[in-house]
Amino acid sequence: MSRIDRRFAQLKAASRTGLIPFVTAGDPSPQHAVALMHALVGAGADVIELGVPFSDPMADGPVIQHASERAIARGVGLNDVLRWVAEFRQRDDETPVVLMGYLNPIEIHGYGRFAQQAVQAGVDGVLVVDCPLEESAVLQPLREAGLQQILLAAPTTAPARMVQLCGSAQGFLYYVSFAGITGAARLSTSDIAARVADIRAKSKAPVAVGFGVRDAQSAKAIAGFADAVVIGTALVERLAGAVGVDDIAARAKAFLAPIRAALDAH
Amino acid sequence: MSKIDFSAYPDEHGRFGNYGGSFVAETLMAPLAELTEAYLRLRQDPDFLAELDRDLKYYVGRPSPVYYAERLSQHVGGARILLKREDLNHTGAHKINNTIGQALVARRMGKPRMIAETGAGQHGVASATVAARFGLKCVVYMGAVDIERQKINVYRMKLLGAEVVPVTSGSKTLKDALNEAMRDWVTNVADTFYIIGTVAGPHPYPLMVRDFNAIVGREARVQVQEQFGRLPDVITACVGGGSNAIGLFHTFLNDEQVRIVGAEAAGEGIATGHHAASLAAGRPGVLHGNRTYVLCDDNGQITETHSVSAGLDYPGVGPEHAFLKDAGRAEYVGITDDEALEAFHLLARTEGILAALESSHAVAQAIKLAREYPKDALVLCNLSGRGDKDVHTIAAREGVQV
Repeated sequence: MSRIDRRFAQLKAASRTGLIPFVTAGDPSPQHAVALMHALVGAGADVIELGVPFSDPMADGPVIQHASERAIARGVGLNDVLRWVAEFRQRDDETPVVLMGYLNPIEIHGYGRFAQQAVQAGVDGVLVVDCPLEESAVLQPLREAGLQQILLAAPTTAPARMVQLCGSAQGFLYYVSFAGITGAARLSTSDIAARVADIRAKSKAPVAVGFGVRDAQSAKAIAGFADAVVIGTALVERLAGAVGVDDIAARAKAFLAPIRAALDAH
Repeated sequence: MSKIDFSAYPDEHGRFGNYGGSFVAETLMAPLAELTEAYLRLRQDPDFLAELDRDLKYYVGRPSPVYYAERLSQHVGGARILLKREDLNHTGAHKINNTIGQALVARRMGKPRMIAETGAGQHGVASATVAARFGLKCVVYMGAVDIERQKINVYRMKLLGAEVVPVTSGSKTLKDALNEAMRDWVTNVADTFYIIGTVAGPHPYPLMVRDFNAIVGREARVQVQEQFGRLPDVITACVGGGSNAIGLFHTFLNDEQVRIVGAEAAGEGIATGHHAASLAAGRPGVLHGNRTYVLCDDNGQITETHSVSAGLDYPGVGPEHAFLKDAGRAEYVGITDDEALEAFHLLARTEGILAALESSHAVAQAIKLAREYPKDALVLCNLSGRGDKDVHTIAAREGVQV
């Protein structure tokens, strides 16, 4: 059983909603990238989504794009990200790590080489934003090496396609808003609840929802109907500009602790 | 080389051999499927095609002539240089061939709002123009650096009723404008049509934009035969994203005897690293929804490009060009900023034509080719746009106060 599957089984057994923070690897500080990962776990993360910086993150909003730009300006690349995961694994062999990013860095690195190195480093899953199911034949070497391919589902996904996604989902299915920019304002919580309920009925894999979740209140609203909550933009924004390992860890904790508490109180 | 039927591409998945495809986030899959379905139907619809032809004739002013540049040819002292005068189209460039087509698609799909990205501003102006023509709302994303370089076109778009949104992320040029337009589309997909200006992006854009620009080559092939009784020996066009080039090339792809050469922006020289020659100096990768040649570093990060011409300043290229390069059907070479400017001046003085800086790259390449061929040979060059928009850039570069 993979770390991701094991973690969701534990959550289910404990009737808890998972908390999945997203951070851009190397932001706010490459030196403290690993310390930040441990801090996220300390603050209650069940799975870590680690963003691989890319120069042209066309499906992300400006906050995450700027985090990517800052990391790239400090020279962060795929090799660093893999090294940090390996270092993280020296102290944490339980918390699943999903790399989230775009295809070009992996394509340039080489699919086979990436697959082997990622597994060796202790990466559990890969979410390639610009590689939909139709193009994911290129990710076959990753799946063969044992990396789970996390798929996205969206409010625009047609019913027949949703069935296909649910059938192919590994690890968990990530239900996203419209790039987290303004999409969240368009659907009411009850709309989202109905859609997620439909997906959960179809999908073997658990469903994580990222829908403009910014704080304890919005996380709690989603906890009622999702297996896990993904929090990205608001956390990246909170961490931006943090200086030193203590500041970074304190900010991560201050941000995530109330959300963790809200999820557990549900 | 085994025989390839180049008219058979892309396949149903939008692939040109290894290139093309639909590398986009899940949120865009539904709108792309909707667009693909609509466009594949419309491209066979006689009523739609007749409507398009009418607008190309009476609004754009097609056909554009093929002009034998006799004084330029004599000056060069080689083959005869023929210019396909896309600069004479309404709005002054080939870009309107595509925007008219896409606006008609948007209207048939019932989308009242159009968004566009633009580099040099030509596609933005062409989009704003057709939006006004068809009564559609138009928002144009443009890199802040390009806005500075192309003030006249920015003002032109505003006069035409479009909203121009400056993009300040990344390198503040075309690729960043493209990212921002994609985000807008993802957010407002229900009522919005994204009118991409080049033969890149996810399927069906490389197909659709090529179809709408292919009239350039279709006309030119007939015109050259009418005037000279045979096909040209070599054809050339500038390649940024590659829409004017594929427009000229596509009809000629199965004419094996016609040599095809694309001119990319070599900027300050390919060896300096300051260029935008994705095919000549890049490698296969994935950018903006398609697999193609891209300029990137070993971490897969897209690198910043340089060209004196904003319209060629792009780190990717249309996937059909990538396919033609690998298939050996077309050659892609670099033209430096200096060579393009020299060609600009030479064409102005010998023929009384101010070419766009983009098109000046093609003219420079046509001049090089003309020198290689005997005097009775025919070099057909796509003069894709007029140079009025670039007068300030050229003056500034040459230290002239206008």
